[in-house]
Amino acid sequence: MTEDPILSVRDLTLDIPTAGGMLHAVRGIDFDLHRGETLCIVGESGSGKSLTSLALMGLLAPKIQRSAARIDFDGTDLLKASRRQLRHLRGARMSMIFQEPMTSLNPAYTIGDQLAETLLLHRKVSRAQARARAVELLEKVGITAAESRLSQFPHQLSGGLRQRVMIAMALMCEPELIIADEPTTALDVTIQAQILRLLVDLQREMNMAMILITHDLGVVARVADKVAVMYAGELVETGPAEAIFRQPAHPYTRGLINCIPVPGRTERGARLGTIPGIVPSLVGEVTGCPFRRRCDQAVEACAHAIPLHRLDGDTHQLRCVHPDGHRHEEVTA
Amino acid sequence: MLRFILKRLGLALLVALTVSFISFSLLFLAGDPAIAIAGESANAKDIQAIRELYGFDRPMLVQYADWLWNALRFDFGQSYYFKLPVADLIAERLSVTMTLGVCGILFALLTAVPLGVIAAIRPNSLIDRIALFLSVAGQAMPSFWFGLILIVVFAIQLGWLPASGASSWQHFIMPTVVLGYYAMPAIMRLTRAGMLEVLSADYIRTARAKGAPEGRVLFKHALRNAIIPVVSLAAVQMGFMLGGSIVVESIFALHGAGYLAWESIGRNDLPTVQALILVFALFYIVFTFLADVLNAWLDPRMRSA
Amino acid sequence: MTALPDIAEITGPTPGQQLRKRMFGHQGFMIGAIFLALLVLVAILAPVLAPHDPYAQSLGDRMVRPVFMGGTWEHPLGTDHLGRDYLSRLIYGAQISLLIGAIAALISGLIGTTLGIAAGYFGGRVDAVVTFLINVRLAMPVVLVALAVVAILGGSLNVVIGVLGLLLWDRFAVVMRASTLQIRNREFVAAARAIGCSTPRILLSEILPNILNNLIVVVTLEMAHAILLEAALSFLGLGVQPPTPSWGLMVSEGKNMMLFEPWLVLIPGAVLFLLVLAINLMGDGLRDVTAPENRN
Repeated sequence: MTEDPILSVRDLTLDIPTAGGMLHAVRGIDFDLHRGETLCIVGESGSGKSLTSLALMGLLAPKIQRSAARIDFDGTDLLKASRRQLRHLRGARMSMIFQEPMTSLNPAYTIGDQLAETLLLHRKVSRAQARARAVELLEKVGITAAESRLSQFPHQLSGGLRQRVMIAMALMCEPELIIADEPTTALDVTIQAQILRLLVDLQREMNMAMILITHDLGVVARVADKVAVMYAGELVETGPAEAIFRQPAHPYTRGLINCIPVPGRTERGARLGTIPGIVPSLVGEVTGCPFRRRCDQAVEACAHAIPLHRLDGDTHQLRCVHPDGHRHEEVTA
Repeated sequence: MLRFILKRLGLALLVALTVSFISFSLLFLAGDPAIAIAGESANAKDIQAIRELYGFDRPMLVQYADWLWNALRFDFGQSYYFKLPVADLIAERLSVTMTLGVCGILFALLTAVPLGVIAAIRPNSLIDRIALFLSVAGQAMPSFWFGLILIVVFAIQLGWLPASGASSWQHFIMPTVVLGYYAMPAIMRLTRAGMLEVLSADYIRTARAKGAPEGRVLFKHALRNAIIPVVSLAAVQMGFMLGGSIVVESIFALHGAGYLAWESIGRNDLPTVQALILVFALFYIVFTFLADVLNAWLDPRMRSA
Repeated sequence: MTALPDIAEITGPTPGQQLRKRMFGHQGFMIGAIFLALLVLVAILAPVLAPHDPYAQSLGDRMVRPVFMGGTWEHPLGTDHLGRDYLSRLIYGAQISLLIGAIAALISGLIGTTLGIAAGYFGGRVDAVVTFLINVRLAMPVVLVALAVVAILGGSLNVVIGVLGLLLWDRFAVVMRASTLQIRNREFVAAARAIGCSTPRILLSEILPNILNNLIVVVTLEMAHAILLEAALSFLGLGVQPPTPSWGLMVSEGKNMMLFEPWLVLIPGAVLFLLVLAINLMGDGLRDVTAPENRN
């Protein structure tokens, strides 16, 4: 992998001013993503996953303050890009699929109008061409009678169909990067697997880079090339999916993986792993490891600056006072 | 949609019928209409003759049925004062009132909607505060006083605009402002509230994620949804406005239907007053009916229902 | 063992305390409430405060200008076309406006609240009938009907109050109906029904107290509405009759001299505007403080 990454993020930090003080929602996020790769960002709700994805798209609410050492999209510095440049990237070269298919489509316009709009905004095509492309993509996302769907309004479609429409809309301009923010959480369990399968197939077929945000490790295990584990606004562990599942290093990651029931190995009726405790407040100064109050490996040093360790060479990174995530006698002594 | 229209139409007709009965009953509130026609000094024999001539000696419901039957054919009887058919009198005056009403509602929409949109884009900004203050102040302003102030400033002091009459378009400027400002606060507030709600909707984020320019996001994606309730409010306000034109027309001596109503009330010209109440009520009924239909048509969820 | 914290520490301020705090913190509400309270005081103390008899004519002192336009302190706001002291008439006019506003709002409030609660609570046919009545009422052109009735029955204070009271109940009915609909299926109403409370008891002690805040807001708005309408009727010559010092009538009387003495129109109109503004500010403020989640 000597090719330059399509997306490179260094030290991304998001601060939200609140009545109680500054809320440090996301702190010092780093990652690289190459063409054709799928990065899964995993974490509990409130850990800053969605904010991170909105920050990459430049869709944060105005009051949220973004800073970073670098956000580079295929040679374009997104930190310095003008609103106009960003607009030309959004929808055309980087697309986003949201969590709420029921409310993410405009109720006042037909499916066809909304699909065509994406193409018409970015390419010099006729309305007829845009609609033809819309039909093509609706078929691609598995919607039958695509032609007749164009004149339907969002309220006439089910949640699963709407999410397929959202996916089609995101793919209209063949983007190089697609960000999917928990695209299946709002859907029925039976539909979830279908939509996910579809998303992964399309990603492979079109050789897109994908950031999939989820709290479902089962999903991650199936689709991820890379995994980034997020806790309370920090990436505590990142690395190749295979390495993370084989040898989870961070106590939090280990806790998460223990929560997955494994067919055959987890006994029927056995207690699944849980991680006791609550997420710390991120308002005001945040120091040390945010996980230390829930961590069974915590030591005194956890309240201070946390070093970054590299395992397996370069790609597997761990943010923990313990070089391999485990407390050893010499550290506690 | 068709079922909705038919149902709504039935309701409108029923309301119209009830209003017609109430406005007809007003005549009987007055005591003996025959005395009103004959004048205070008339003798008993004349009054009896008038009573028979106009049919006042029949039971009230019979008279109402008779009046309604005629009203359905646009025959509202003779004006006591002008001795002319009431329908002709009103028809002659309506164009002024309608012009005023249309100008008024356009003025209100053209000022209130942009103001509401700007206020919603920048909530709690200076513009938002000014807009909110204007809407509170606007609701408190007595329209007759506002009209007189405009006359003092623009007709008397500055001499820019004519104070009364209806012979040129300049004559309609001040009446339009006075009539229109009355509807502004409500439209402004509803636009602002609607935009605030819509702007935080997920589909607005979707539009931005598509790379739509901000103007397109605001006007094509947001306003299109926020404007739906404003349309029906505007129609309701239009109905109220025509009813309220009586004050404005009397201040600016615009000889419209409102002015006719004011004069006729002063002259005890009951058939004219009755007919005017019915006509103004019908305007309201028609406008709200149209608003509901338009509303249903603008909202795809209702259109296909 | 640490000592148990104070109860107050756990529960925080009571809803009443919170409400009072929000009220005093709300600029618009406070400005409106203070101005209205002052005006009520002026109206009550009119016989003490008014420098002259509001009806006393003095043909020698006609249209004396107010003190800030070169007049004297004898008549601080000048005199009208019959030489009556303008300030005294304004002070007594406050009585008229407040009386009309309060009683008309009371009458229409009774009618509208009864209809609205009945429609909201019973639903079905009752609701259909009330909704129909509201529609009919909204279709009636208020100014025109009020003018016609006042013209027929004669323009006395009682007639004006009665007509306005009978005409302005629509908003009460609409708001009370919606508020009742919102709470009629809540647990405490169901509980009252389950323990066998009578319907009137449920309406009065379960429903009404819980929609009272909305009711008070409508009372203020309709009071302002009634005051404005009375002024408009009197201005058109078919409301309160001369020589009663109604502000609308004063504007109407000053209108003929407007060309030379515009203050005759400006002063009573401005006072009317300020009163209505104060009541509206108070009403809007009340809406904000009683339902902060409904703001914007």
